[in-house]
Amino acid sequence: MSRSAARYAAIGGAGLLVLAAPFLAPAFVTQFTFLWLMIVFALTWDLMGGQLGYNSFGNILFFGIGAYACAVFQRDSGLGYYEALALGAALGGVLAAAAAAFLGLGILGLRGHYFAIGTLGLGIAAGEIAGGWDYVGAGSGMTVPLFPGALELRSLFFYFTLAALALATFLTLRWLYGTRFGLALNAVRDDEDKAEAMGLYTARLKTAAWSLSAFFLGISGALAGNLIGFIDPRDVAFAGATYGVWMVLMAILGGKGTLWGPVIGAAVFHITQEIFWTYLLGWQRVALGLLIVAIVVFFPQGILGTLREKFPGRFGSKAEVQ
Amino acid sequence: MIDNFLLLFDYPVLSADLALNGLLIGAVFVLAAFGMALVWGVLNIINIVQGEFVMLGGFVALMAAEAGLPVLLGIPIAALALFILGWGLYRLVIFRVIDRDLFVSVLATFGLSIVLQQLSNELFGADVRTLEAGLGTLLLFDGAVALAQIKVLAFFLALGLGLLLWLFLKYSRLGQAIRATAQNPRAASILGIDTDRVYAATYALNAALCGAAGALVVMAWAIHPYIGLPYTVRSFLIVIVAGVGNIGAVVAAGLGLGAFENVAGFIFGTEYQIALVFLLMVAVLVWRNLRLQRKRMYLK
Repeated sequence: MSRSAARYAAIGGAGLLVLAAPFLAPAFVTQFTFLWLMIVFALTWDLMGGQLGYNSFGNILFFGIGAYACAVFQRDSGLGYYEALALGAALGGVLAAAAAAFLGLGILGLRGHYFAIGTLGLGIAAGEIAGGWDYVGAGSGMTVPLFPGALELRSLFFYFTLAALALATFLTLRWLYGTRFGLALNAVRDDEDKAEAMGLYTARLKTAAWSLSAFFLGISGALAGNLIGFIDPRDVAFAGATYGVWMVLMAILGGKGTLWGPVIGAAVFHITQEIFWTYLLGWQRVALGLLIVAIVVFFPQGILGTLREKFPGRFGSKAEVQ
Repeated sequence: MIDNFLLLFDYPVLSADLALNGLLIGAVFVLAAFGMALVWGVLNIINIVQGEFVMLGGFVALMAAEAGLPVLLGIPIAALALFILGWGLYRLVIFRVIDRDLFVSVLATFGLSIVLQQLSNELFGADVRTLEAGLGTLLLFDGAVALAQIKVLAFFLALGLGLLLWLFLKYSRLGQAIRATAQNPRAASILGIDTDRVYAATYALNAALCGAAGALVVMAWAIHPYIGLPYTVRSFLIVIVAGVGNIGAVVAAGLGLGAFENVAGFIFGTEYQIALVFLLMVAVLVWRNLRLQRKRMYLK
């Protein structure tokens, strides 16, 4: 069997597995659905943190904007469930991207840790504002419309929409990293001043990357808000202490700046969390903090980064022995 | 919102009350900001755990009072306990991230802040707690402005501790070693200064300052396990406005921030007060950066 045939077979097999998973293990559909969400989180974070070198601590902002925009649209539009959800999700994505483009004007000029702390501030401020704003239900949050159909159908529906979103995100980024745009992102990461001196419009590049990241996050927020069914300002939409940190952690765990790293990191993190964390009874968040410290201090390269260092030939790059 | 704004002009006494109460809490921000500037200047780390040190200082003072000790004794006890914690954290984690990329130290201290925050949530519960210091209220302007005496005491204690820190850095042996290490760690170690010890002492000193600040916070205001991050952001905000090495500017910025927060919280509603602090930080960062960008520079 030739190499490309093996590849198509692997892709076909994986595709079948994705399609069949909810029927093979119906008890775990919700967990699988959240796994797709985590993959979107890690991929969109890595677009900024890994590829562009802008470590955002506040990407949860766009998730929350998407969740709220979609829920408000569903509440006020008067359309049927599916139409309202589809249009609301699109609206959430577009609004999140617009917010990224607007905020990027000022924030993306910041570099390094200033960017990290500035975005952290934005994410938390958004949660506080949503928690005080009556139009979006203030502190008591928003409930989304009920799914018109059986419970099993509901979980299958969200499984497949989020799987489709994760796949779309992955394929878009895969295509993008192979283009000139992807190379330009890496150039900005490696040395922004030099990239600018070489004639790259760094401001536009950064805004485009952040908006793209925000677009997918906005859609994921719209879908996740409906999946969870209730949008709490601080614990769901702008959940910096959970989703917001997980994004960063999963991307680093898998390997920053690689395409597959965030996917692997999200899978490993999510599976570990599901298996072990039920036994920790309320101490999960302490464990999460310890995990962050341990990974950042002892394992900053991530799974793929370490593998690439050990077996450079397998990753198509020549070894730079030092 | 507009009504509240106009109210401030109709009743100047109310403005004075808000601004004075703000100034008083500002002194506590100054204390935490001193610590942050110290760690930033010497270890070159942005310490996200700062606010959690403040929160833990408050809980230590609370426990000391519950154990039957005099309330005000809680301040030195909190400082001492946090000094030990700070030293321990340095030996466990911080010394590993000093020479690394700044992102590593930001994320590592962020992880530590989650650990401490969630640990206190498990150990002390999520309730808002406060400690009655048993002091009276000070009335100014014929009783129109009411200031709790503990707040006034906290104000002067905080500024006094700040002064002590300054004297310590200026004249003591360890203080001189800290300043030498901040200027040039290599040269300092050649001249026989154990820089690793200096780093540990600096970090522990910072934790102790925050612990004292936290003890003042629990007596004059209130604490809960999630109060940390706003204090971190306030210290960060004060330091980026005032600069790492300028003590007078840190005091001015801290007191100003306290007054701003209280007045703005009144105008926009207290539910938005935290959001305003965070947005102010973002605005200050962006504003300073935009000014630098005109000269093709950026915040470093």
